Amino acid sequence: MIALAILNGRLIDPAAGIDGPKDLLLIDGRVAEIAAAGKLKGKNGAEVLDATGMVVAPGLIDIHVHLREPGQAYKETIATGTAAAAAGGFTSVAAMPNTIPVNDSPEVTRWMQAPERDAKVRVFPIAAATRGSKGETLNDFAALRSAGAVAVTDDGRPILKDGTMRETLAAAARVGLTVIQHAEDTRMTQGASMNLGPVSFKLGLRGMPNEAETSIVERDIRLVAELKDARPHLHVAHLSTASALAAVRQARRNGLRVTCEVTPHHFLLTDEHVGLYNTHAKMNPPLRSAADRDAMIEGIIDGVVDAIATDHAPHAMHEKEVEFELAPNGITGLETALGLSLRWLHREWRMPLGRVLSLLSAQPAALLGLKGRGTLAVGSYADVVVFDPKVEWTYRATESQSKAKNTPFDGWQMQGKVRWTVSEGKIVYASA
Amino acid sequence: MSPAAPATRRALTTPPAPASSFPYNPGSLLSVLDLTVEGVSRLLVRATELEHEDPIVRDRILAKRRIALLFYESSTRTRTSFELASKALGADTTLVSNLSSSIEKGESLKDTGLTLRALGAEAIILRHNSSGAAWLLEETTRLPVVNAGDGMHEHPTQALLDLRTIMTHLRPGVSGVAADTLAGVTVMITGDILHSRVARSNMQLLPRVGARVLLCGPKELLPEQAARSGPGIEIERDFEAALKQSQAVMMLRIQAERLAGLQLDLEEYKASYQLTGQRLAALAPEAVVLHPGPIIRGMEITAGVADGVQSAILEQVTNGLAIRMAVMERALTAENGAAADKSPHAGRINGGRA
Repeated sequence: MIALAILNGRLIDPAAGIDGPKDLLLIDGRVAEIAAAGKLKGKNGAEVLDATGMVVAPGLIDIHVHLREPGQAYKETIATGTAAAAAGGFTSVAAMPNTIPVNDSPEVTRWMQAPERDAKVRVFPIAAATRGSKGETLNDFAALRSAGAVAVTDDGRPILKDGTMRETLAAAARVGLTVIQHAEDTRMTQGASMNLGPVSFKLGLRGMPNEAETSIVERDIRLVAELKDARPHLHVAHLSTASALAAVRQARRNGLRVTCEVTPHHFLLTDEHVGLYNTHAKMNPPLRSAADRDAMIEGIIDGVVDAIATDHAPHAMHEKEVEFELAPNGITGLETALGLSLRWLHREWRMPLGRVLSLLSAQPAALLGLKGRGTLAVGSYADVVVFDPKVEWTYRATESQSKAKNTPFDGWQMQGKVRWTVSEGKIVYASA
Repeated sequence: MSPAAPATRRALTTPPAPASSFPYNPGSLLSVLDLTVEGVSRLLVRATELEHEDPIVRDRILAKRRIALLFYESSTRTRTSFELASKALGADTTLVSNLSSSIEKGESLKDTGLTLRALGAEAIILRHNSSGAAWLLEETTRLPVVNAGDGMHEHPTQALLDLRTIMTHLRPGVSGVAADTLAGVTVMITGDILHSRVARSNMQLLPRVGARVLLCGPKELLPEQAARSGPGIEIERDFEAALKQSQAVMMLRIQAERLAGLQLDLEEYKASYQLTGQRLAALAPEAVVLHPGPIIRGMEITAGVADGVQSAILEQVTNGLAIRMAVMERALTAENGAAADKSPHAGRINGGRA
């Protein structure tokens, strides 16, 4: 029996409605007991973590990461990506299928979860919706689901054709999988490398219009409405525009199962942060206007946004040290999501701590149906993050556990320092 | 799960846009925004002095200094002009072009720059087809980098030579500039603004010396955002209405190589925007006509206007030589103290405005 006691912390479990001083006992990878602070001590000879002054919460869940394996281990591996996750307080990550080869088969789905990958935290593969993510032929969703896939997507690309998207939504609904859409009408974004607006004009860069995102979100919502009886679940990945958010809000009012996630960079940064061609501010969807950024903040605060996800997209340094238009899209995010969310959403914009943590754990777990995750209810997985909410610190990309250092948040002030990350009862990260 | 939404309409404090470290080298000229108005003035005055300097004295200014011309795009005027200007100051120049170098084998811009530096290059003049390339080269080599055109973005020496040309005609005898030197002057820029680095540099430079910039062209080539990219910039889509208001008329070439699938009816374009002798005589008989070249006779401008008395097109070329002498002298003689010369706009995308 392996027992771990986390004592005297402020336990926040939004799913269970708990926020108060509690002791937590973990046995054999599961939550065994929650008691008033001071009650458990070293019960059952458990190893003791003193969480006095700290927050004890369900391990964080990131439903949008790129771990680059198989195929691009020079950027990141499942081992290094999950080490970064653990350092950031995450105990579950959902890995996107745009690997090489594309994860469009039960074989790759299983390969990603094999013990040989040396994952530090739980990896939930998201499988490709179509063969090779080419947007033509649907994959066998039942087989992918049996192999462990928790959703389907062609992320990195949209499912562009109306017919293919309709079939995808219907087929996924039949096996109870979520369809995650990378909403970008690529016919409007040819050759573009940032947001379309006065900044892109001034920098002489081709821009991506907001309509490229909005039109796909609106089209997808129409399809969900048409398939209403099948109850398909559409999840919009990395939503970035006010107009697409408005469409999601309306769809929900109409009773449709449409959810969305927003990344920390889209609720914090604008296209002005591209500065003078900083490739660490290049991602897709791009950083948008201040009005769009403000809409993301508003959507998070008022509850339309269902999850904060990072879109952790590691790249090798030499790939980003090139002309802006040639640089690949994406930034890392696993180690900065909690610190930025606490610093800005909680401290600056006064969002209750429990709600911030819910967007990073309970809600993403519910969204993808990850049973026994995102809560500390007795019997659930012993996935826990312990952090000191008062500590302010500076993020240094060079100290990252990820192989990649491509972040616009290097040198930024963070709030709340992860002390321990516990994945299924095992301490997978401990800070000094 | 959704408590009463707090008053989110209140002004939220959000992270400020980052400050820029560019330019790293005080000799660099990446953007016209790297220069204060005084800095622009110094270059204009120095251009005139160098033009009149005894060639033998001039030859010693940058004697045996090594300047690399790194060209990823074809060029006649700019390349020759930079080369002759550098040589006139005594510098040794070497040309590296993407078509006859290891760039063809896949060598990156960073590695190409570092290689040139290792070979002893003390400054690099860069022409590149990708916007922002000069910033990357400067950041990675820390050498003085002179931007000779980056994609659709900037061409600062062109804007400086255009300013010199406009001054010669509209402010004869005035050598330097101040914030109000061109007050009351309207400079119209017509044509493919969207793809033009010449337009962007002029749009940032001319209003800072008092001119009003009037942009003219069809929506496909002149998006509304252009007017929001800086102060003193307006759009007038009616070519003849714009012409009537202008003291300087700058025509641009349709950049077929950058149109990227854009469909444009050229006959219709000519009917609306071609600068003809008739239009010029009727609407702007005193204006000075500029064109950064290469001109396509019979397209944006008729041969008669290009060769006519109001045309300053060849003067522009000659002025380029003088301006580039001043720019290359600055590149290799600027001291770190000259960083104080840095404009408050330097590195700021939005020129300090909200």
